[in-house]
Amino acid sequence: MPSVMLKKNAEGKLVFYVPKKDLEEVAESIEFDNPEKWGGEVLLSDGSKYYFEPMNEQPDFPVTLRAKRLD
Amino acid sequence: MAALTKEETEALIQEVLEIYPEQARKDRAKHLAINDQSLEKSNKCITSNRKSQPGVMTIRGCAYAGSKGVVWGPIKDMIHISHGPVGCGQYSRAGRRNYYVGTTGVNTFGTMNFTSDFQEKDIVFGGDKKLAKIMNEIEALFPLNKGISIQSECPIGLIGDDIEAVAKKANKEINKPVVPVRCEGFRGVSQSLGHHIANDAIRDWVLENRDGDESFATTPYDVAVIGDYNIGGDAWASRTLLEEMGLRVVAQWSGDGTIAEMEKTPKVKLNLIHCYRSMNYIARHMEEKYKIPWIEYNFFGPTKIAESLRKIAALFDETIQAGAEKVIAKYQAEYDAVIAKYKPRLQGKRVMLYVGGLRPRHVIGAYEDLGMEVVGTGYEFGHNDDYDRTIKEMGNATLIYDDVTGYEFEEFVKRVQPDLIGSGIKEKYIFQKMGIPFRQMHSWDYSGPYHGYDGFAIFARDMDMTLNNPCWKQVKAPWKTAESSDVAVAASV
Ligand code: SF4
Repeated sequence: MPSVMLKKNAEGKLVFYVPKKDLEEVAESIEFDNPEKWGGEVLLSDGSKYYFEPMNEQPDFPVTLRAKRLD
Repeated sequence: MAALTKEETEALIQEVLEIYPEQARKDRAKHLAINDQSLEKSNKCITSNRKSQPGVMTIRGCAYAGSKGVVWGPIKDMIHISHGPVGCGQYSRAGRRNYYVGTTGVNTFGTMNFTSDFQEKDIVFGGDKKLAKIMNEIEALFPLNKGISIQSECPIGLIGDDIEAVAKKANKEINKPVVPVRCEGFRGVSQSLGHHIANDAIRDWVLENRDGDESFATTPYDVAVIGDYNIGGDAWASRTLLEEMGLRVVAQWSGDGTIAEMEKTPKVKLNLIHCYRSMNYIARHMEEKYKIPWIEYNFFGPTKIAESLRKIAALFDETIQAGAEKVIAKYQAEYDAVIAKYKPRLQGKRVMLYVGGLRPRHVIGAYEDLGMEVVGTGYEFGHNDDYDRTIKEMGNATLIYDDVTGYEFEEFVKRVQPDLIGSGIKEKYIFQKMGIPFRQMHSWDYSGPYHGYDGFAIFARDMDMTLNNPCWKQVKAPWKTAESSDVAVAASV
Protein backbone atom coordinates (compact mmCIF):
# COMPACT_ATOMS: atom_id res chain seq x y z
CA MET A 1 0.00 0.00 0.00
CA PRO A 2 2.28 2.81 -1.12
CA SER A 3 1.38 6.42 -0.44
CA VAL A 4 0.99 8.15 -3.75
CA MET A 5 1.11 11.85 -4.33
CA LEU A 6 -1.23 12.85 -7.11
CA LYS A 7 -1.30 16.08 -9.02
CA LYS A 8 -2.45 17.44 -12.34
CA ASN A 9 0.23 18.55 -14.77
CA ALA A 10 0.04 21.50 -17.16
CA GLU A 11 -1.85 19.39 -19.70
CA GLY A 12 -4.39 18.44 -17.06
CA LYS A 13 -3.17 14.85 -16.90
CA LEU A 14 -2.81 13.07 -13.60
CA VAL A 15 0.78 12.71 -12.40
CA PHE A 16 1.61 9.91 -10.07
CA TYR A 17 4.49 10.20 -7.65
CA VAL A 18 5.67 7.54 -5.22
CA PRO A 19 8.36 9.14 -3.06
CA LYS A 20 9.90 5.91 -1.78
CA LYS A 21 10.44 4.68 -5.30
CA ASP A 22 11.18 7.96 -7.10
CA LEU A 23 8.46 6.87 -9.42
CA GLU A 24 7.06 9.77 -11.37
CA GLU A 25 4.61 8.73 -14.06
CA VAL A 26 1.68 10.10 -15.97
CA ALA A 27 -1.55 8.17 -15.60
CA GLU A 28 -2.85 6.86 -18.92
CA SER A 29 -6.31 6.02 -17.72
CA ILE A 30 -8.44 6.11 -14.60
CA GLU A 31 -11.38 3.78 -14.18
CA PHE A 32 -13.71 6.37 -12.67
CA ASP A 33 -12.96 9.99 -13.38
CA ASN A 34 -16.12 12.06 -13.19
CA PRO A 35 -17.44 14.58 -10.68
CA GLU A 36 -19.51 11.95 -8.84
CA LYS A 37 -17.01 9.14 -8.71
CA TRP A 38 -13.26 8.98 -8.74
CA GLY A 39 -10.81 6.13 -8.32
CA GLY A 40 -10.58 2.48 -9.24
CA GLU A 41 -7.88 1.11 -11.47
CA VAL A 42 -5.22 3.49 -12.71
CA LEU A 43 -2.92 2.54 -15.56
CA LEU A 44 0.43 4.32 -15.69
CA SER A 45 2.45 5.08 -18.78
CA ASP A 46 5.10 2.55 -17.73
CA GLY A 47 2.46 -0.19 -17.80
CA SER A 48 2.02 -0.65 -14.05
CA LYS A 49 -1.43 -0.67 -12.48
CA TYR A 50 -2.64 0.69 -9.17
CA TYR A 51 -5.99 0.65 -7.44
CA PHE A 52 -7.56 3.49 -5.49
CA GLU A 53 -10.62 2.97 -3.33
CA PRO A 54 -13.31 4.78 -5.35
CA MET A 55 -14.67 7.94 -3.72
CA ASN A 56 -17.76 10.02 -4.28
CA GLU A 57 -16.07 13.19 -5.44
CA GLN A 58 -12.95 14.41 -7.17
CA PRO A 59 -10.11 14.74 -4.69
CA ASP A 60 -8.62 18.17 -4.27
CA PHE A 61 -5.32 17.80 -6.16
CA PRO A 62 -2.48 17.71 -5.25
CA VAL A 63 -3.21 15.11 -2.65
CA THR A 64 -1.60 12.05 -1.10
CA LEU A 65 -3.67 8.88 -1.19
CA ARG A 66 -2.99 5.25 -0.49
CA ALA A 67 -3.06 2.89 -3.42
CA LYS A 68 -2.79 -0.83 -3.97
CA ARG A 69 -0.42 -2.16 -6.56
CA LEU A 70 -2.21 -4.54 -8.88
CA ASP A 71 0.40 -6.44 -10.88
CA MET B 1 40.11 12.59 -30.00
CA ALA B 2 36.89 11.72 -31.79
CA ALA B 3 33.81 10.83 -29.80
CA LEU B 4 33.35 7.18 -28.98
CA THR B 5 30.71 5.27 -30.88
CA LYS B 6 28.02 3.35 -29.10
CA GLU B 7 29.88 0.07 -29.63
CA GLU B 8 33.14 1.52 -28.35
CA THR B 9 31.43 2.87 -25.25
CA GLU B 10 29.81 -0.48 -24.64
CA ALA B 11 33.17 -2.21 -25.01
CA LEU B 12 34.74 0.28 -22.65
CA ILE B 13 32.17 -0.41 -19.96
CA GLN B 14 32.70 -4.15 -20.34
CA GLU B 15 36.45 -3.73 -20.16
CA VAL B 16 36.25 -1.67 -17.00
CA LEU B 17 33.89 -4.14 -15.35
CA GLU B 18 36.20 -7.03 -16.17
CA ILE B 19 38.35 -6.55 -13.09
CA TYR B 20 35.55 -7.01 -10.53
CA PRO B 21 34.58 -10.32 -8.95
CA GLU B 22 31.40 -11.72 -10.42
CA GLN B 23 28.93 -10.41 -7.87
CA ALA B 24 30.35 -6.91 -7.87
CA ARG B 25 30.51 -6.89 -11.65
CA LYS B 26 26.84 -7.75 -11.91
CA ASP B 27 25.96 -4.99 -9.50
CA ARG B 28 28.17 -2.31 -10.99
CA ALA B 29 26.99 -3.13 -14.52
CA LYS B 30 23.57 -1.80 -13.56
CA HIS B 31 25.03 1.57 -12.66
CA LEU B 32 26.87 2.20 -15.92
CA ALA B 33 25.03 3.09 -19.07
CA ILE B 34 25.24 4.52 -22.53
CA ASN B 35 22.92 7.41 -23.06
CA ASP B 36 20.05 6.86 -25.43
CA GLN B 37 17.89 9.90 -25.97
CA SER B 38 15.03 7.84 -27.27
CA LEU B 39 14.40 6.42 -23.79
CA GLU B 40 11.68 8.11 -21.80
CA LYS B 41 12.58 6.54 -18.51
CA SER B 42 16.03 6.03 -17.04
CA ASN B 43 15.17 2.86 -15.12
CA LYS B 44 15.41 1.01 -18.43
CA CYS B 45 19.14 1.64 -18.55
CA ILE B 46 20.47 2.62 -15.14
CA THR B 47 20.00 1.76 -11.47
CA SER B 48 20.61 4.40 -8.84
CA ASN B 49 20.24 5.17 -5.14
CA ARG B 50 21.52 1.77 -4.09
CA LYS B 51 24.04 0.87 -1.44
CA SER B 52 27.63 1.15 -2.64
CA GLN B 53 29.65 -2.05 -2.96
CA PRO B 54 31.93 -2.80 -0.03
CA GLY B 55 35.55 -2.51 -1.04
CA VAL B 56 35.19 0.08 -3.78
CA MET B 57 36.09 3.73 -3.45
CA THR B 58 32.84 5.61 -3.45
CA ILE B 59 32.71 9.36 -3.37
CA ARG B 60 29.46 9.61 -1.46
CA GLY B 61 28.82 11.31 1.86
CA CYS B 62 26.51 10.44 4.75
CA ALA B 63 23.03 11.52 5.82
CA TYR B 64 24.48 13.92 8.36
CA ALA B 65 26.41 15.60 5.54
CA GLY B 66 23.17 15.90 3.57
CA SER B 67 21.31 17.52 6.43
CA LYS B 68 23.89 19.59 8.28
CA GLY B 69 26.19 20.30 5.36
CA VAL B 70 23.63 20.92 2.66
CA VAL B 71 20.14 21.78 3.81
CA TRP B 72 20.39 23.17 7.35
CA GLY B 73 23.94 24.45 7.54
CA PRO B 74 23.46 27.52 5.33
CA ILE B 75 20.53 28.87 7.39
CA LYS B 76 22.68 31.59 8.78
CA ASP B 77 20.88 32.91 11.83
CA MET B 78 20.38 29.53 13.45
CA ILE B 79 22.97 27.58 15.33
CA HIS B 80 23.38 24.04 14.08
CA ILE B 81 24.79 21.71 16.68
CA SER B 82 26.74 18.79 15.29
CA HIS B 83 25.55 16.45 17.98
CA GLY B 84 28.05 13.69 18.65
CA PRO B 85 31.82 13.46 18.35
CA VAL B 86 33.71 16.50 17.19
CA GLY B 87 35.10 15.23 13.89
CA CYS B 88 32.00 15.09 11.67
CA GLY B 89 31.41 18.81 12.04
CA GLN B 90 34.96 20.01 12.32
CA TYR B 91 36.27 18.28 9.20
CA SER B 92 33.38 19.58 7.11
CA ARG B 93 33.34 23.06 8.60
CA ALA B 94 32.86 25.91 6.11
CA GLY B 95 33.88 23.65 3.23
CA ARG B 96 30.90 24.42 1.04
CA ARG B 97 31.44 28.13 0.74
CA ASN B 98 27.82 29.12 1.30
CA TYR B 99 28.22 32.87 1.34
CA TYR B 100 26.10 35.02 3.61
CA VAL B 101 25.77 38.55 4.89
CA GLY B 102 26.10 39.13 8.60
CA THR B 103 28.57 39.29 11.43
CA THR B 104 29.75 35.79 12.16
CA GLY B 105 29.53 34.95 15.83
CA VAL B 106 27.08 37.76 16.53
CA ASN B 107 23.99 37.41 14.39
CA THR B 108 25.09 34.78 11.88
CA PHE B 109 26.91 31.53 12.48
CA GLY B 110 27.47 29.91 9.09
CA THR B 111 31.17 29.19 9.20
CA MET B 112 31.36 28.29 12.87
CA ASN B 113 31.35 24.76 14.22
CA PHE B 114 29.14 23.97 17.20
CA THR B 115 29.44 20.47 18.55
CA SER B 116 28.55 18.53 21.67
CA ASP B 117 31.99 16.88 21.39
CA PHE B 118 30.99 13.44 22.66
CA GLN B 119 33.39 11.62 24.93
CA GLU B 120 33.30 8.01 26.07
CA LYS B 121 31.13 8.83 29.07
CA ASP B 122 28.50 10.47 26.86
CA ILE B 123 28.29 7.32 24.78
CA VAL B 124 27.99 5.16 27.89
CA PHE B 125 25.60 7.32 29.93
CA GLY B 126 23.85 9.17 27.11
CA GLY B 127 24.25 12.74 25.92
CA ASP B 128 20.86 14.29 26.58
CA LYS B 129 21.97 16.21 29.64
CA LYS B 130 24.98 17.57 27.84
CA LEU B 131 22.79 18.63 24.93
CA ALA B 132 20.45 20.53 27.21
CA LYS B 133 23.41 22.18 28.87
CA ILE B 134 25.08 23.32 25.67
CA MET B 135 21.83 24.81 24.42
CA ASN B 136 21.73 26.98 27.51
CA GLU B 137 25.35 27.91 26.95
CA ILE B 138 24.57 28.83 23.37
CA GLU B 139 21.75 31.07 24.52
CA ALA B 140 24.04 32.83 26.97
CA LEU B 141 26.95 33.26 24.58
CA PHE B 142 25.08 33.95 21.34
CA PRO B 143 21.80 35.58 22.36
CA LEU B 144 21.10 36.85 18.83
CA ASN B 145 20.64 33.36 17.42
CA LYS B 146 17.15 32.78 16.01
CA GLY B 147 16.94 29.10 16.76
CA ILE B 148 18.88 25.89 17.14
CA SER B 149 18.95 22.72 15.11
CA ILE B 150 20.33 19.46 16.46
CA GLN B 151 22.09 17.54 13.73
CA SER B 152 22.52 13.95 14.87
CA GLU B 153 25.75 12.16 14.11
CA CYS B 154 25.97 8.37 14.07
CA PRO B 155 26.25 7.64 17.83
CA ILE B 156 23.02 9.44 18.70
CA GLY B 157 20.89 6.87 16.95
CA LEU B 158 23.05 4.02 18.17
CA ILE B 159 22.78 4.86 21.86
CA GLY B 160 19.12 5.85 21.58
CA ASP B 161 19.20 9.39 22.97
CA ASP B 162 15.85 11.16 23.03
CA ILE B 163 16.80 14.43 21.37
CA GLU B 164 13.17 15.23 20.57
CA ALA B 165 12.34 15.46 24.26
CA VAL B 166 15.37 17.65 24.92
CA ALA B 167 14.43 19.86 21.98
CA LYS B 168 10.85 20.33 23.17
CA LYS B 169 12.02 21.27 26.61
CA ALA B 170 14.64 23.70 25.30
CA ASN B 171 12.08 25.22 22.98
CA LYS B 172 9.94 26.17 25.98
CA GLU B 173 12.92 27.47 27.92
CA ILE B 174 14.50 29.65 25.28
CA ASN B 175 11.34 30.39 23.35
CA LYS B 176 12.91 29.90 19.93
CA PRO B 177 12.60 27.07 17.43
CA VAL B 178 14.68 24.08 18.45
CA VAL B 179 14.69 21.42 15.76
CA PRO B 180 15.89 17.87 16.34
CA VAL B 181 17.06 16.24 13.10
CA ARG B 182 17.48 12.48 12.97
CA CYS B 183 20.11 12.53 10.26
CA GLU B 184 22.53 9.98 11.72
CA GLY B 185 25.17 9.20 9.13
CA PHE B 186 24.31 5.53 8.85
CA ARG B 187 20.82 6.17 7.56
CA GLY B 188 20.30 5.46 3.87
CA VAL B 189 22.88 4.89 1.20
CA SER B 190 24.21 8.40 0.74
CA GLN B 191 23.70 12.03 1.71
CA SER B 192 20.48 11.90 -0.25
CA LEU B 193 18.44 10.49 2.61
CA GLY B 194 19.90 13.26 4.77
CA HIS B 195 18.33 15.82 2.45
CA HIS B 196 15.01 14.07 2.78
CA ILE B 197 15.22 13.85 6.58
CA ALA B 198 16.20 17.52 6.72
CA ASN B 199 13.24 18.45 4.53
CA ASP B 200 10.93 16.45 6.78
CA ALA B 201 12.33 18.21 9.84
CA ILE B 202 11.61 21.59 8.24
CA ARG B 203 8.12 20.39 7.42
CA ASP B 204 7.45 19.22 10.97
CA TRP B 205 9.19 21.91 13.00
CA VAL B 206 9.37 25.12 10.96
CA LEU B 207 6.93 25.38 8.11
CA GLU B 208 3.75 25.62 10.17
CA ASN B 209 5.06 28.27 12.54
CA ARG B 210 3.15 31.08 10.86
CA ASP B 211 0.05 29.22 9.77
CA GLY B 212 -2.96 31.40 10.47
CA ASP B 213 -0.80 34.49 10.92
CA GLU B 214 -1.67 36.87 8.09
CA SER B 215 0.44 39.81 9.25
CA PHE B 216 2.96 39.33 6.45
CA ALA B 217 1.92 41.55 3.54
CA THR B 218 2.02 39.50 0.35
CA THR B 219 2.09 40.51 -3.30
CA PRO B 220 0.99 38.54 -6.36
CA TYR B 221 4.65 38.29 -7.37
CA ASP B 222 6.05 36.52 -4.32
CA VAL B 223 8.36 33.62 -5.01
CA ALA B 224 10.81 31.52 -3.03
CA VAL B 225 14.14 30.31 -4.36
CA ILE B 226 14.47 26.72 -3.21
CA GLY B 227 17.59 24.60 -3.43
CA ASP B 228 20.13 27.33 -4.05
CA TYR B 229 22.91 27.19 -1.48
CA ASN B 230 24.59 30.44 -2.48
CA ILE B 231 27.88 28.76 -3.20
CA GLY B 232 30.29 31.53 -4.05
CA GLY B 233 27.27 33.85 -4.22
CA ASP B 234 25.11 31.82 -6.63
CA ALA B 235 21.80 32.73 -5.04
CA TRP B 236 22.60 36.43 -5.20
CA ALA B 237 23.39 36.22 -8.91
CA SER B 238 20.07 34.42 -9.41
CA ARG B 239 18.02 36.64 -7.18
CA THR B 240 18.97 39.83 -9.02
CA LEU B 241 17.58 38.42 -12.25
CA LEU B 242 14.31 37.41 -10.65
CA GLU B 243 13.93 40.79 -9.00
CA GLU B 244 14.78 42.65 -12.18
CA MET B 245 11.97 40.87 -13.97
CA GLY B 246 9.56 42.08 -11.32
CA LEU B 247 9.26 39.20 -8.89
CA ARG B 248 9.71 39.50 -5.17
CA VAL B 249 12.01 36.89 -3.66
CA VAL B 250 10.62 36.24 -0.21
CA ALA B 251 12.92 33.42 0.81
CA GLN B 252 16.21 31.80 -0.11
CA TRP B 253 16.46 28.12 0.77
CA SER B 254 18.90 27.90 2.19
CA GLY B 255 21.95 29.83 1.00
CA ASP B 256 22.12 33.15 2.86
CA GLY B 257 18.72 32.17 4.23
CA THR B 258 17.12 32.77 7.59
CA ILE B 259 14.55 30.90 9.57
CA ALA B 260 12.12 33.80 9.26
CA GLU B 261 12.26 33.47 5.47
CA MET B 262 11.54 29.77 5.72
CA GLU B 263 8.55 30.40 7.96
CA LYS B 264 7.18 32.88 5.43
CA THR B 265 7.57 30.56 2.46
CA PRO B 266 4.07 29.06 2.73
CA LYS B 267 2.78 32.53 1.82
CA VAL B 268 4.46 32.70 -1.61
CA LYS B 269 2.76 32.18 -4.97
CA LEU B 270 5.37 29.98 -6.58
CA ASN B 271 8.34 27.91 -5.47
CA LEU B 272 11.33 27.92 -7.80
CA ILE B 273 13.43 24.79 -7.46
CA HIS B 274 17.05 24.85 -8.51
CA CYS B 275 18.40 21.76 -6.79
CA TYR B 276 15.60 19.29 -7.32
CA ARG B 277 17.35 16.42 -5.56
CA SER B 278 17.80 18.04 -2.19
CA MET B 279 14.56 20.00 -1.86
CA ASN B 280 11.85 18.53 -4.07
CA TYR B 281 10.35 16.92 -0.96
CA ILE B 282 9.48 20.18 0.72
CA ALA B 283 8.23 21.67 -2.55
CA ARG B 284 5.89 18.74 -3.03
CA HIS B 285 4.73 19.07 0.53
CA MET B 286 3.96 22.77 0.11
CA GLU B 287 2.16 22.02 -3.11
CA GLU B 288 -0.12 19.60 -1.34
CA LYS B 289 -0.64 21.49 1.87
CA TYR B 290 -0.57 25.13 0.78
CA LYS B 291 -1.37 24.61 -2.94
CA ILE B 292 1.79 26.39 -3.96
CA PRO B 293 2.90 25.20 -7.39
CA TRP B 294 6.61 24.66 -8.03
CA ILE B 295 8.77 24.51 -11.10
CA GLU B 296 12.34 23.56 -11.77
CA TYR B 297 14.64 26.06 -13.40
CA ASN B 298 18.24 26.23 -14.51
CA PHE B 299 20.39 29.35 -14.22
CA PHE B 300 23.60 27.99 -15.78
CA GLY B 301 24.50 29.58 -19.11
CA PRO B 302 22.51 32.11 -21.18
CA THR B 303 20.49 29.56 -23.17
CA LYS B 304 19.11 27.87 -20.08
CA ILE B 305 18.70 31.14 -18.20
CA ALA B 306 16.57 32.63 -20.95
CA GLU B 307 14.56 29.42 -21.19
CA SER B 308 14.01 29.41 -17.43
CA LEU B 309 13.15 33.09 -17.16
CA ARG B 310 10.48 32.65 -19.82
CA LYS B 311 9.18 29.49 -18.20
CA ILE B 312 8.87 31.25 -14.85
CA ALA B 313 7.32 34.35 -16.42
CA ALA B 314 4.71 32.28 -18.23
CA LEU B 315 3.17 31.52 -14.85
CA PHE B 316 2.65 35.21 -14.12
CA ASP B 317 0.98 38.11 -15.92
CA GLU B 318 2.20 40.24 -18.82
CA THR B 319 4.24 42.66 -16.72
CA ILE B 320 6.44 39.80 -15.56
CA GLN B 321 6.62 38.34 -19.04
CA ALA B 322 7.73 41.69 -20.39
CA GLY B 323 10.12 41.91 -17.46
CA ALA B 324 11.71 38.61 -18.41
CA GLU B 325 12.28 39.79 -21.98
CA LYS B 326 13.75 43.01 -20.68
CA VAL B 327 16.19 41.15 -18.47
CA ILE B 328 17.27 38.86 -21.29
CA ALA B 329 17.76 41.83 -23.62
CA LYS B 330 19.58 43.84 -20.99
CA TYR B 331 22.25 41.23 -20.48
CA GLN B 332 22.53 40.13 -24.08
CA ALA B 333 25.48 42.34 -24.97
CA GLU B 334 27.25 41.14 -21.86
CA TYR B 335 26.88 37.41 -22.45
CA ASP B 336 27.42 37.72 -26.20
CA ALA B 337 30.75 39.32 -25.39
CA VAL B 338 31.62 36.48 -23.01
CA ILE B 339 30.81 33.92 -25.67
CA ALA B 340 32.70 35.86 -28.34
CA LYS B 341 35.75 35.96 -26.14
CA TYR B 342 35.85 32.43 -24.80
CA LYS B 343 34.12 30.26 -27.37
CA PRO B 344 37.02 30.34 -29.83
CA ARG B 345 39.32 29.21 -27.02
CA LEU B 346 37.05 26.41 -25.79
CA GLN B 347 35.23 25.27 -28.93
CA GLY B 348 35.06 21.51 -29.36
CA LYS B 349 36.60 20.70 -25.98
CA ARG B 350 35.17 17.65 -24.26
CA VAL B 351 34.14 17.54 -20.63
CA MET B 352 33.44 14.75 -18.18
CA LEU B 353 31.41 15.50 -15.08
CA TYR B 354 30.74 13.68 -11.87
CA VAL B 355 29.01 15.76 -9.27
CA GLY B 356 26.14 15.78 -6.82
CA GLY B 357 22.51 16.75 -7.00
CA LEU B 358 21.79 18.99 -9.97
CA ARG B 359 25.00 19.90 -11.71
CA PRO B 360 25.53 16.69 -13.66
CA ARG B 361 22.65 17.85 -15.84
CA HIS B 362 22.28 21.55 -15.11
CA VAL B 363 25.71 22.72 -16.23
CA ILE B 364 25.58 20.92 -19.58
CA GLY B 365 23.87 23.91 -21.21
CA ALA B 366 26.52 26.32 -19.97
CA TYR B 367 29.28 24.21 -21.50
CA GLU B 368 27.34 23.99 -24.74
CA ASP B 369 26.98 27.76 -24.83
CA LEU B 370 30.78 27.85 -24.91
CA GLY B 371 30.93 25.31 -27.73
CA MET B 372 32.01 22.51 -25.45
CA GLU B 373 30.57 19.04 -25.25
CA VAL B 374 29.82 16.95 -22.17
CA VAL B 375 30.77 13.36 -23.01
CA GLY B 376 30.20 11.72 -19.66
CA THR B 377 28.18 12.55 -16.59
CA GLY B 378 27.00 10.96 -13.39
CA TYR B 379 25.55 11.55 -9.95
CA GLU B 380 27.00 10.65 -6.61
CA PHE B 381 23.60 10.20 -5.05
CA GLY B 382 21.02 10.81 -7.78
CA HIS B 383 17.78 8.87 -8.00
CA ASN B 384 15.83 7.61 -10.99
CA ASP B 385 14.04 10.91 -11.41
CA ASP B 386 17.39 12.68 -11.77
CA TYR B 387 18.48 10.34 -14.53
CA ASP B 388 15.09 10.75 -16.20
CA ARG B 389 15.87 14.43 -16.40
CA THR B 390 19.40 13.83 -17.66
CA ILE B 391 18.80 11.59 -20.66
CA LYS B 392 17.48 14.40 -22.85
CA GLU B 393 20.30 16.76 -21.94
CA MET B 394 23.09 14.40 -22.93
CA GLY B 395 24.19 13.37 -26.42
CA ASN B 396 23.61 9.86 -27.67
CA ALA B 397 26.26 7.25 -26.90
CA THR B 398 27.76 9.35 -24.10
CA LEU B 399 28.67 7.69 -20.83
CA ILE B 400 26.45 7.82 -17.76
CA TYR B 401 27.75 6.51 -14.47
CA ASP B 402 25.99 6.29 -11.15
CA ASP B 403 27.94 6.30 -7.87
CA VAL B 404 31.06 5.77 -9.96
CA THR B 405 33.96 4.13 -8.16
CA GLY B 406 37.41 5.69 -8.07
CA TYR B 407 38.71 2.94 -10.28
CA GLU B 408 35.96 3.18 -12.91
CA PHE B 409 36.25 6.94 -13.15
CA GLU B 410 39.99 6.76 -13.72
CA GLU B 411 39.65 4.09 -16.38
CA PHE B 412 36.90 5.98 -18.18
CA VAL B 413 39.01 9.10 -18.19
CA LYS B 414 42.05 7.25 -19.53
CA ARG B 415 40.05 6.00 -22.48
CA VAL B 416 37.73 8.93 -23.18
CA GLN B 417 40.57 11.44 -22.76
CA PRO B 418 38.40 14.45 -21.95
CA ASP B 419 39.90 17.94 -22.13
CA LEU B 420 38.41 18.88 -18.80
CA ILE B 421 36.96 17.12 -15.78
CA GLY B 422 34.48 18.67 -13.39
CA SER B 423 34.11 16.81 -10.12
CA GLY B 424 34.91 17.05 -6.42
CA ILE B 425 37.90 17.63 -4.20
CA LYS B 426 38.54 13.91 -3.71
CA GLU B 427 38.95 13.43 -7.44
CA LYS B 428 40.80 16.64 -8.15
CA TYR B 429 44.38 15.73 -7.40
CA ILE B 430 44.27 12.31 -9.03
CA PHE B 431 43.27 13.82 -12.32
CA GLN B 432 45.53 16.81 -12.05
CA LYS B 433 48.44 14.44 -11.53
CA MET B 434 47.33 12.56 -14.62
CA GLY B 435 47.79 15.87 -16.41
CA ILE B 436 44.12 16.55 -17.06
CA PRO B 437 42.66 20.01 -16.44
CA PHE B 438 40.21 19.83 -13.57
CA ARG B 439 37.58 22.09 -12.00
CA GLN B 440 36.11 21.39 -8.61
CA MET B 441 32.41 21.66 -9.39
CA HIS B 442 30.99 21.39 -5.87
CA SER B 443 32.33 24.61 -4.43
CA TRP B 444 33.45 26.14 -7.76
CA ASP B 445 37.12 25.71 -6.86
CA TYR B 446 37.19 28.78 -4.62
CA SER B 447 35.51 30.83 -7.34
CA GLY B 448 31.94 31.60 -8.29
CA PRO B 449 29.19 32.52 -8.54
CA TYR B 450 28.35 30.44 -11.61
CA HIS B 451 24.58 31.06 -11.61
CA GLY B 452 22.97 33.81 -13.61
CA TYR B 453 24.47 36.03 -16.28
CA ASP B 454 27.10 37.40 -13.93
CA GLY B 455 28.02 33.88 -12.97
CA PHE B 456 28.31 32.76 -16.57
CA ALA B 457 31.10 35.26 -17.21
CA ILE B 458 33.03 33.84 -14.27
CA PHE B 459 32.26 30.29 -15.32
CA ALA B 460 33.61 30.91 -18.82
CA ARG B 461 36.73 32.62 -17.52
CA ASP B 462 37.41 29.80 -15.06
CA MET B 463 37.01 27.08 -17.66
CA ASP B 464 39.36 28.90 -20.02
CA MET B 465 41.84 29.64 -17.28
CA THR B 466 41.95 25.98 -16.30
CA LEU B 467 41.82 24.37 -19.70
CA ASN B 468 44.26 26.63 -21.49
CA ASN B 469 46.65 26.93 -18.60
CA PRO B 470 50.23 26.38 -19.81
CA CYS B 471 50.98 24.29 -16.72
CA TRP B 472 49.43 21.18 -18.26
CA LYS B 473 52.31 21.03 -20.71
CA GLN B 474 54.73 20.94 -17.79
CA VAL B 475 53.24 17.97 -15.99
CA LYS B 476 55.66 15.44 -17.48
CA ALA B 477 59.09 15.28 -15.86
CA PRO B 478 61.47 17.27 -18.06
CA TRP B 479 63.76 14.29 -18.70
CA LYS B 480 60.83 12.24 -19.92
CA THR B 481 59.73 14.58 -22.69
CA ALA B 482 60.87 14.12 -26.27
CA GLU B 483 62.59 17.50 -26.50
CA SER B 484 64.57 16.96 -23.33
CA SER B 485 67.31 14.98 -25.05
CA ASP B 486 67.80 17.76 -27.62
CA VAL B 487 67.97 20.33 -24.88
CA ALA B 488 70.50 18.22 -22.97
CA VAL B 489 72.64 17.88 -26.08
CA ALA B 490 72.41 21.59 -26.78
CA ALA B 491 73.39 22.38 -23.21
CA SER B 492 76.41 20.10 -23.26
CA VAL B 493 77.80 21.67 -26.40
S1 SF4 C 1 28.94 8.68 8.84
FE1 SF4 C 1 28.49 9.16 11.00
S2 SF4 C 1 30.49 9.39 11.95
FE2 SF4 C 1 30.79 9.58 9.73
S3 SF4 C 1 30.66 11.80 9.28
FE3 SF4 C 1 28.61 10.91 9.01
S4 SF4 C 1 27.61 11.22 11.00
FE4 SF4 C 1 29.81 11.44 11.34
